[in-house]
Order: sequence, then structure tokens, then C-alpha cells
Amino acid sequence: MITNEIIRQKLTEKFGDELTGWEEPYGMLTFTAPKDFNLKILQFLYDSDELKFRFLTDLCAVHYPERTGEELSVVYHIHNLVDNIRIRFKVFTNIEKPDVFSATALYASANWMERETFDFYGVNFIGHPNLKRILNVDDMEYFPMRKEFPLEDQSRLDKDDEMFGR
Amino acid sequence: MARPVQYNLTQKPLEESLAMGEAPEGFTGEGFFATKLSDVVGLARKNSIWPLPFATSCCGIEFMALMGSHYDLARFGSERVSFSPRQCDLLMVMGTIAKKMAPIVKQVYLQMAEPRWVLAMGACASSGGIFDTYSVLQGIDQIIPVDVYVPGCPPRPEAVLDGFMKVQDLVGKEDLRRRNSSRYQELMHSYGIQ
Repeated sequence: MITNEIIRQKLTEKFGDELTGWEEPYGMLTFTAPKDFNLKILQFLYDSDELKFRFLTDLCAVHYPERTGEELSVVYHIHNLVDNIRIRFKVFTNIEKPDVFSATALYASANWMERETFDFYGVNFIGHPNLKRILNVDDMEYFPMRKEFPLEDQSRLDKDDEMFGR
Repeated sequence: MARPVQYNLTQKPLEESLAMGEAPEGFTGEGFFATKLSDVVGLARKNSIWPLPFATSCCGIEFMALMGSHYDLARFGSERVSFSPRQCDLLMVMGTIAKKMAPIVKQVYLQMAEPRWVLAMGACASSGGIFDTYSVLQGIDQIIPVDVYVPGCPPRPEAVLDGFMKVQDLVGKEDLRRRNSSRYQELMHSYGIQ
């Protein structure tokens, strides 16, 4: 049976001080990695006979407008189905050139999740075979989950901004 | 204990003027009745509207109640709900239309043969409703012309019946040349429909 301590120890042995921000919110091991390391970490966790993290539960992004130079965060949730342990790690990228390596070569399930992340946050996944919008209309001109864009549909002229709390 | 079975033992006399529609204005004589062709066509059309339900969410559930025996839209000559747009007269859009759904609604509308009418049921189809957001179409009148709006979230079946009777009114009174008029062409043109 592996524990969070063992996972952390294994990762630190392999990647040293590159991994930072270790936390365990609600018992789930979480850390931050440099964005160039995302595939190396996923591959290491996949290949290791002891860790066996071979299921990509979720892949998503978060926008932090106040964090200058690392506005966009891409979060990977991975699952060890044998021991039923989940971990999570984040990589940060700046918003001007949001390039992150695509995990599609390792996980086929990353294909649609990366498309969704691109659709809503504009993260450019390098090496993705088909990086285009998946949920929104194709001719949308912006990334709606970025915080500079208001939630409301801006095409409406009949709503009084004051009445609707805009 | 079993429930006693009740029979309709009391004879009720049939009410008079049962299911009698109003006759159009005209001249009546012995063995003939003369009226305007448009009135006759309107009378025929308004009492045999074939609806095409385009139900995407909870308004669709209310529509199912409307088609059921309790509210019974069939009384208005709409027994035949068609799922083929080519044979329908009335497009009933019921529910939230996402922007990604908009081209499909428009395509269904284009597949319907003239004359065609559109009823927007509920707040979402009429105006986007509570979904004032980037992904939802803010009312189907942004893509197709709408004849009758039924407010409510969702509207009760009675409200839809009322809206349907408004459509019947429009259908019955419509000028036979309306669809060829330049004003109508202009309206179609404003929606990018040839």
C-alpha cells in the first residue's frame, strides 16, 4: 500500500527541487511543477511499477488574473486504480504565450479534455492532433472562461444594465 | 375491500352548439353560401394546424401535458404532431436554444413549407430567459421570425393553449397574398432567408 509520503518521496527522488507547493487538501496530494515537466511527470507516474498512476481523471485550467506571468494554470488529476489513490498537480503558464505540451500521446482521453481547455481558456497544447473548439460555437472569437470576459451575453441591447446588476 | 364501480346512470342531454365553429361572413341563400376565398382557406388552415414540436428542455414536458388527454391540443385540429418539418405548419420552439443549436433550428425552419408559423414557448425561447450567458441564444427571434411568444418559465399548458389560439387567429385572418408581399420578403431577407 502506498501513501502520500511515499509518492512525494519518489517524486522528489526523481525530480528534486523542481516540484514545489506541496499540499494535502482533504488528503489529496497536490503539487506544482514547471510547465516543461508535465509530460515527464505523467510518464514517470505511469511507468513506475510502484506508483501505477495510469488513469487521467481530469484535466482542466484555472485563470488567475492577479498572478502576473503565470496567469493560466493547467491542472492534472490522476488516479491509481489499483490502490485507489488520487493525486493532482498543476503547471503554470503565462497568458501571452500559453503553450503547454499535450498529454494525448500518453492518454487518449486527454484529447477531448485538452480541446475543452483550449475552448474555454485558450491554452495552446503543443502536439495535440486536433486542437479546435469542442463545446462552443466554432466562430466564437474569445475564450469565455477567462475572467476579463463577463458572463452575460454582450449582444443583448434590451437589458438595462442597472436593472440587471451589470 | 374492492372499490364499488360507478356507472354513468344519469342521462345528460347533449349541450347545444357543441363544437360549432363560427361561419365566415357571406351571403346565404337557398342551397348556396357565398363568401371570400381567403376566409374559407383561413378557416381550413386554422383548424388543421400541424405542429412541429422542437422541445429542448422543461417546456417540452409541459408540452407533453398539453398533448395529453387533459389539456388535449387535438381539440384545436392539431391531433397530428409531425416530426417531419416538410409537412408542418407551426414550429413550436420550447426550451433553451444554445448558440450551437441555432443553425439546427434555422435549418428546421427552412425545411418547412410556406405558409409557416412559429411559436416561441417559454422565457428561454422568447428571450434567453435566465440564461443570460455566452453560450445561449438570446431568443430565437435572432435567427427566425416568431409569430407568437408565450411567456412563463415554463408556461402552464393553458398559457400555451392561449398562445396556440392566438396563432389560429393569425392563421385564420392572414391575407392570402401576405407571403408574396414585399414587406414579407423584406422580413425574410433581414433573417438572411431567400
